[in-house]
Amino acid sequence: MNLTLKVWRQNGPQDKGKLETHQLTGVTGDMSFLEMMDVLNDQIIRDGGDPIAFDHDCREGICGMCSMFINGEAHGPGRGVTTCQLHMRSFKDGDTITIEPWRASAFPVVKDLAVDRGAFDRIIQAGGYVSVNTSGETLDANAIPIPKADADEAFNAATCIGCGACVATCKNASAMLFVSAKVSQFALLPQGQPERKRRVLRMVEQMDKEGFGNCTNTGACAVECPKGIDLTNIARMNRDFLNASLTGE
Amino acid sequence: MLDSKIPGGPLADKWTQYKNNIRLVNPANKRLIDVIVVGTGLAGSSAAASLAEMGYNVKAFCFQDSPRRAHSIAAQGGINAAKNYQNDGDSVHRLFYDTIKGGDYRSREANVHRLAEVSTSIIDQCVAQGVPFAREYGGLLDNRSFGGVQVSRTFYAKGQTGQQLLLGAYSALSRQISKGKVKMYNRHEMMDVVLVNGKARGIIARNLVTGEIQRHSAHAVVLATGGYGNVFFLSTNAMGSNVSAAWKAHRKGAFMANPCFTQIHPTCIPVSGHYQSKLTLMSESLRNDGRIWVPKKKEDAEAVRKGALKPTQIAEEDRDYYLERRYPAFGNLVPRDVASRAAKERCDAGFGVNETGEAVYLDYASAIERYGKTEANVRGLENPNAEEIRRLGKEVVKAKYGNLFDMYRQITDDNPYETPMKIYPAVHYTMGGLWVDYNLMTTVPGLYAAGEANFSDHGANRLGASALMQGLADGYFVLPYTIGDYLAEDIRTGAIANDSAEFMEAEQAVREQLNRFVSNNGTVPVDDFHRRLGRIMWDNCGMARNKEGLTQAIADIASLREEFYAKVRVPGTTTGFNPELDKAGRVADFLELGELMCKDALEREESCGGHFREEYQTEEGEALRRDDEFTFVSAWEHQGNPSQAKLHQEELVYDNIELKQRSYK
Repeated sequence: MNLTLKVWRQNGPQDKGKLETHQLTGVTGDMSFLEMMDVLNDQIIRDGGDPIAFDHDCREGICGMCSMFINGEAHGPGRGVTTCQLHMRSFKDGDTITIEPWRASAFPVVKDLAVDRGAFDRIIQAGGYVSVNTSGETLDANAIPIPKADADEAFNAATCIGCGACVATCKNASAMLFVSAKVSQFALLPQGQPERKRRVLRMVEQMDKEGFGNCTNTGACAVECPKGIDLTNIARMNRDFLNASLTGE
Repeated sequence: MLDSKIPGGPLADKWTQYKNNIRLVNPANKRLIDVIVVGTGLAGSSAAASLAEMGYNVKAFCFQDSPRRAHSIAAQGGINAAKNYQNDGDSVHRLFYDTIKGGDYRSREANVHRLAEVSTSIIDQCVAQGVPFAREYGGLLDNRSFGGVQVSRTFYAKGQTGQQLLLGAYSALSRQISKGKVKMYNRHEMMDVVLVNGKARGIIARNLVTGEIQRHSAHAVVLATGGYGNVFFLSTNAMGSNVSAAWKAHRKGAFMANPCFTQIHPTCIPVSGHYQSKLTLMSESLRNDGRIWVPKKKEDAEAVRKGALKPTQIAEEDRDYYLERRYPAFGNLVPRDVASRAAKERCDAGFGVNETGEAVYLDYASAIERYGKTEANVRGLENPNAEEIRRLGKEVVKAKYGNLFDMYRQITDDNPYETPMKIYPAVHYTMGGLWVDYNLMTTVPGLYAAGEANFSDHGANRLGASALMQGLADGYFVLPYTIGDYLAEDIRTGAIANDSAEFMEAEQAVREQLNRFVSNNGTVPVDDFHRRLGRIMWDNCGMARNKEGLTQAIADIASLREEFYAKVRVPGTTTGFNPELDKAGRVADFLELGELMCKDALEREESCGGHFREEYQTEEGEALRRDDEFTFVSAWEHQGNPSQAKLHQEELVYDNIELKQRSYK
């Protein structure tokens, strides 16, 4: 198939940026979206141009590095997939595809389609862990039985890949889905209880400090989340946050 | 002479006795000591976190935009540990034995035993961190079985075990970053290791966003930089996975051990076109329940390839379940090397089932029926019809493997619940790596290698679910001890200067190489060379190797390397974000490594594990080891050019295990 690609070009965070148009031929349905980008970059390099910068690594939907806003949707038209798992069979011959980076003031553009998601790391550093040192002398792993339903729900929350699609999708650029997923994982497990209140207070505080917007319950984040992280996590975090705010650490 | 520094005493007591007798660094002195950790996968994150908890000042580096993205995250199936929760006869000794046997008797007894010993602590540690492993209804941890063993010792979190373990290590690392005990450098690449007076004392790093070249000094350097499967271009590795850190260390004097030991994973999604950028693994856990087959009749295979016949239309008696046929004892659960070769054998014989003839079926129909029947019994359904059984069975399969099935469907547009999946072997893991002694130290004093980057535990073939185990064992439980014994000498050294002549020279060399790339005025993109290298490696140093092919490959790679430096086009400049420049440096190193791998494969005149030399096979086509001549580790010393590398041998001594011809029949 032949495609018209309108790709965002921006040389660093201070640059104003603009859409640049490219024509690409010979695209097949079995190509992944990023393989299509590889073919485009190969063409640009051979023509002596500056290839389009984008983040990617595992190309199997788990590392969370790829991050393209395609035709107005985070990770494009598919549901439950990252950009790297989107295949060109989702498009048809003659289509025009607009490709932009994640847009959020907390995610400054590095170059073109690559953004800086360091804010997510700093939120985890604020409390997204259980404080246990490496010793080899912890309890036996089976000493604390955990009901399967709780373990499964904690797992579901823990499958967040930290890609930032939720932020990119949200009209307020809110990071509530990301933060609540980590808060929920530990809130659902006995290991997470001792630091439960402290964790939610610190992580929310850091989230606000990073400049993410507020949640207005539109639910767009959960729709676009490639891992299907559920909105109930946000409700759980709100409850925990309110409780911790009222009763203190 | 290579000294592996294996402690004395009986095998089962070595590690404990060793720990009791090593030198320690007291807490006040640890604050005076700096350690650099390169790579933040399971081995790197766990090492950085543990060393920081102990009190060392740690600098950690990763090329990704966050430490959480290291490729350990993509491991699917699980992690082994000798917990014996299933009461099926497992033990530390059995895990040790299975690993040595699975590695085809080419790994070091003492290291593997230590790995088996600490495996149980890994599970305890991860659960304490809140890693949500799969559980049974009673609330206790669930296990599954994996290839090459006859017990269920694999702990898992659906098909995302690597992700959950890495996020556990990442959270431990994040905690130390927040305390300031780890200084994290995201989007930084190690460009070289710096030796001062023969000891590793730091690295040259490059900020991949700004292009800034930095000199970082430390008392010791840990490389946890993963494997080099991407030398084949197409592999299950992440796009950024590379050999450069290990290769720079090799060029600075660290020996490279068994580089030709590559694991070709049997269950990957087949190649679909020339634009293909990577291959996707379908977890080995799928072999628990899936049955692998090709048509028995060649005409059926041909009809399938033309699209005239569907696999579901082929009658049961016309299917060749070749693993079950050849290996009745282990069936579909034979080790990876055996399963991969068997697939290649059938496809080479003309029974492949996709357009390229390089695919076999992985079929879930009988598992769906089996699970459906069990589920119907559980629910007390009387005389359920076939459709009802299939529906229930699909639900069970979905709960167990849903994400893998979804992934398959996404990539291929086929529904694996209704039609068998098509799979083919692909490069997945490299057992070879930097040579390390029992302390995980390379031949360069103060330079350590952990996880896939070292060679020590998996011999010539790694068992499934053992990579995660080794990465975390090295990082959480081995390195934090062994490095102290070395650093005890450095308590009075003081901070290492980063402006000595050694650092300045190393920095200058890095700048020169970068400048050479961007001012090359070539015409051919980096990937073009990488693809061609991959093709040479896959054809000649892949699942089957022979003298003629390897000899040719060595010459071909050398000339490709020349062409690369003459014709490569690297756009942009050395400043600013320039992924093409990053790639050029990595491919330059792959172009040297590939040659060494072929040389290693050429000189190992036997077949063992993943290294299959066509000249050395049994009458039944199985790998033929030559223990009299090759029971050793090949450790290569760099001598200016890969083909001139000098071989050092570390003899492998088996005091506790009898060497046998591996049999899974």
